[in-house]
Amino acid sequence: MIADFFNWFTHLENTKPFALVLFFVTFVGIIIYVYSNKKRKRRLESYKNIPFEEDDKD
Amino acid sequence: MAATSQISPQSYNYDIVKKFTIMALVWGVLGMFTGLYIALELAWPIFNFNTPEITFGRLRPVHTTLVIFGFGGSALFATSYYIVQRTCQVRLWGELMPTYTFWGWQLAVGSAAVSYMLGYTQAREYAEMVWPIDILIALTWVAYLVIYVQTLRRRSQPHIYVANWFFIAFILATAILHIVNNMAMPIGLFSLSSYSLQAGVQDAMTQWWYGHNAVGFFLTAAFLGMMYYFVPKQAGRPVYSYRLSIIHFWALIFLYMWVGAHHLHWTALPDWTSTLAATFSILLLLPSWGGMINGIMTLSGAWDRLRSDPVVRFLIVALAFYGMSTFEGPLMSLKSVNALSHYTDWTIGHVHSGALGWVAMITFGSFYHLIPRLWETTMYSTRLINTHFYLAVVGIILYISALWVAGIGQGLMWRAFDEYGNLAYTFIESVERLHLPYIMRALGGLLFVLGIFVMTYNVYMTIRKAKNEKAEFEAKIADKMATAQ
Repeated sequence: MIADFFNWFTHLENTKPFALVLFFVTFVGIIIYVYSNKKRKRRLESYKNIPFEEDDKD
Repeated sequence: MAATSQISPQSYNYDIVKKFTIMALVWGVLGMFTGLYIALELAWPIFNFNTPEITFGRLRPVHTTLVIFGFGGSALFATSYYIVQRTCQVRLWGELMPTYTFWGWQLAVGSAAVSYMLGYTQAREYAEMVWPIDILIALTWVAYLVIYVQTLRRRSQPHIYVANWFFIAFILATAILHIVNNMAMPIGLFSLSSYSLQAGVQDAMTQWWYGHNAVGFFLTAAFLGMMYYFVPKQAGRPVYSYRLSIIHFWALIFLYMWVGAHHLHWTALPDWTSTLAATFSILLLLPSWGGMINGIMTLSGAWDRLRSDPVVRFLIVALAFYGMSTFEGPLMSLKSVNALSHYTDWTIGHVHSGALGWVAMITFGSFYHLIPRLWETTMYSTRLINTHFYLAVVGIILYISALWVAGIGQGLMWRAFDEYGNLAYTFIESVERLHLPYIMRALGGLLFVLGIFVMTYNVYMTIRKAKNEKAEFEAKIADKMATAQ
């Protein structure tokens, strides 16, 4: 079974569309994760202030 | 949400950051001066002086190694060690290991330069170091990874700031690239020569997979880490969009790995590999420009800083050059454009618009921000920072325009045919035509080198000023204590 999969994987006509689908779906997933939720947006954007948190200590 | 910090800046390990900062400038001066010297050799071959150790062939890798690994590498060690401490609010992990990375790296860069002048090289571009130096680099790099990961693991801040993502990707990718590209069998235990593990077109592909990702991860991703910290800090406002920086990161690190083969268009490489590399190179334009826009838009609402703050000017002009060279790169990766540009000086011009315009300028800007904070003072002279800026910008523009003229002219002459189908020009005619552009290039290089000399003087005087201020302060305290008693 695993040998069959490896054999299938060694054929470029299989590997190329497989890689395309895999990476494209992952990338779209990241975009949806980053831009889809308002609460998450606030949380993510709050991290941009990290470099300024120590200014009062300098 | 971001947490507040628990550690005072005095607890950070700034000693190692200072050491790497100073050595970055030392290697920068030496490496850029070597670059100027070999530019003069190309314009006037008399400068070779019939001395093998200083001929173009041997000094060229000395130049690239000193500027990329000496200047750029030391600058990255310095800024990454600084940023990881500041953004994780924790002291750098380990005491001896960071010192080891310092000496290991300096020894590798110094011995590589000497070995090239003596004629020892494994003839792989940007990886010319012979095998014992490769092993030293691998060990130093693993120590760097351990220090970085351990520092991240001990962070007080729950979130890992995006600059550290870029640095960790750079450290991991460089380790993989270095080890795979340098796999070789020494011909003897006491010989510096070795055979590469790969052969033929596989060897070429491995080399350019390494070569382009050295550009992608060493000279781009890592310096973007620098950008994501120092641009907001110097501008006094947070990065334009944190979410865009996340997309920028993932898209950039995914796409870069595929593009190396565009260095081998029209060779024995399979055609589909060439096309794949060109396609991914075009796609790279999106994250590259996304990052550039994110950096430049950080200044949104404070554009006047460009007029009043020369350090902001360095950082923003660096981003502008980043945008320009990441547009030119994909353009040159197209097979039809590459047929004209490959093997010509256009490529050298393109590399320098990225190396001088982006890498060096973002480093200079970051150092002008970093150095006063490390030595707890202000820069000795703002006027000298301004002088440096204009010398550098005029130098870069002269340099790249000279090589556009040289390279595109070369390409056109090589492919010109007369009415009978014979080559219209001999090769030597194309070489003769390069004399004037090469002089212009050397002039541009001279201005850029003068710029780093000015900076080094300014930094030296700043450190001296800091020492005097400290001595004065201590004398005042001692005076007060004596009066109180």
